[in-house]
Amino acid sequence: MSIFEYNGSALVAMVGKNCFAIASDRRLGVQLQTIATDFQKIYKIHDKLFIGLAGLATDAQTLHQRLVFRHKLYQLREERDMKPETFASLVSAILYEKRFGPYFCQPVIAGLGDDDKPFICTMDSIGAKELAKDFVVAGTASESLYGACEAMFKPDMEHEELFETISQALLASVDRDCLSGWGGHVYVVTPTEVIERTLKGRMD
Amino acid sequence: MDGPPKGGFSFDLCRRNEMLVKKGLKGPSFLKTGTTIVGLVFKDGVILGADTRATEGPIVADKNCEKIHYIAPNIYCCGAGTAADTEAVTDMVSSQLTLHRYHTRRESRVVTALTLLKSHLFSYQGYVSAALVLGGVDVTGPHLHTIYPHGSTDTLPFATMGSGSLAAMAVFESKYREGLTEEEGVKLVAEAIRSGIFNDLGSGSNVDICVLTKSGKKYLRNYEMPNPRTYVSEKGYSFTKKTEVLMTKITPLREKVEVIEGGDAMEE
Repeated sequence: MSIFEYNGSALVAMVGKNCFAIASDRRLGVQLQTIATDFQKIYKIHDKLFIGLAGLATDAQTLHQRLVFRHKLYQLREERDMKPETFASLVSAILYEKRFGPYFCQPVIAGLGDDDKPFICTMDSIGAKELAKDFVVAGTASESLYGACEAMFKPDMEHEELFETISQALLASVDRDCLSGWGGHVYVVTPTEVIERTLKGRMD
Repeated sequence: MDGPPKGGFSFDLCRRNEMLVKKGLKGPSFLKTGTTIVGLVFKDGVILGADTRATEGPIVADKNCEKIHYIAPNIYCCGAGTAADTEAVTDMVSSQLTLHRYHTRRESRVVTALTLLKSHLFSYQGYVSAALVLGGVDVTGPHLHTIYPHGSTDTLPFATMGSGSLAAMAVFESKYREGLTEEEGVKLVAEAIRSGIFNDLGSGSNVDICVLTKSGKKYLRNYEMPNPRTYVSEKGYSFTKKTEVLMTKITPLREKVEVIEGGDAMEE
C-alpha cells in the first residue's frame, strides 16, 4: 500500500465565472478503519484563498501550520494578503526543500486574485506545480475525479451551477473509492461572499 | 524554529520516511514529464521544441504543461525527467544568471548556464533527475547542449531527450542538414516533436517551440495543436435533482476600502 492511501482523501477544485469552488470528502481513516467522519481537509489561508491537502493527514496538518505561520509573517511585513500565485510558489518552495524526504501531501490551491480572477493549481508531494484553467484533483479518488470532471465541467459557470457540478463530480467519484467518502465539504467563493456547504453522502 | 528562507535541502523527514517504507508502505510517485524535447542549430540561431504532456505513472496529469523554461532573455532550456527537479534547477540557474548580469553588465553566455547546471546536477550524483536540452545565442554565437541527470554534457548541432528521444532523433537523422533556414528549422522541429507525440506514449498533446536568434527570441506556445478535444457535448451536463445539502453557511466578504494617505482629513 502507498503512504498516500493510509488515510484516504478526495480533493477537487474548479473555476467558474469570477468565482471558484473547492471541495473535499470528510473521511479520516487508518487504512480500512474509519476514525472520523467530519475531518477538515480544506484550510482557509485568507478570505479568498483556500488550500486542500490530500495524503498523509499528519503531514497535511503540519504543513498547514507552517503555511499559516509563513502567511502571517508575510502579512506583517507586507501589510496585505498573499496573491494565490505567490502562495502557490511558497508552497512549492516549502515542498521542494524536502525533495529527498518529502511531506506525503498533495496540495490543491484555489483563490481569487487581483480583479477577482480565479486561480487553481495542484502539485505533487515535491512541489511540481500544475496550473490548470478548468479543474484540478488530488487524493486517492483522483482517477475517478479526473473522469467525472472531464465529463461534467464546462467553462464560465455561475456559482450556483458550479456548486452543483463540483458536488456531483465529488460524490460520484468517492462512491468508487473505498478510502474516501462520508459526505463532503464544499466552498464556493465569489467576489462578495464565501458559501460553505456540507454535503450528504453514502455512509459505507 | 523554522524561519523564512535558509536555502538548501532539508533532510528532516528522511529517517521517518525510510522507516515507513521499511514497514511495507510504498513511497510516493512524483510528477514526471515523459516527454519529447528537442533542439537544433540553424542558419542564424537555435530552435527548441517540446511536447506538453505531464504524467504521473500511467495517468495524464496535465495535458498542456510548459516544458521550455526561461533561463535568460537569450537562453532557454527544455526539461525532461521529474517535473519538480527540472523546474527548480532551471529557476535556480536563471536567478543566479540574473544576479551575474547585474554584477557584470553583460549578456549571459550559454556556457555559464551549462556549467552552473552540470555542476549542480553532478554534485547530487543523479538524484536530482533532470535531463535538459539547453539552447541559446550569445556573443560567441549559437549554442546547443544536452545535459544528463548525472552532470555529463554534450555539444551538438541537433539533440533530442526524454522518452520520445528515439522517435524524434529518427526524424532529425534523416532530415537534418547544415544551414537550415528558420522556416525549415521550425518545420523540422515540429515534425520531430509530432513524431514523439504520436509514437511515444509518455509524450502527447501539443507542440511548443522557441526560436532564439541574435536579434531576439520567439516563444511559440502551442505552435501546433494536433490533438484537440472532440468528445465535448455542446450543452454540457445538467443535473435534474439538486445535491442534498446538510448545512449551509454564507459569509459575506467585507469590501476593500481605499485609504488615501497624506490628505488633510485629520487636520483641523
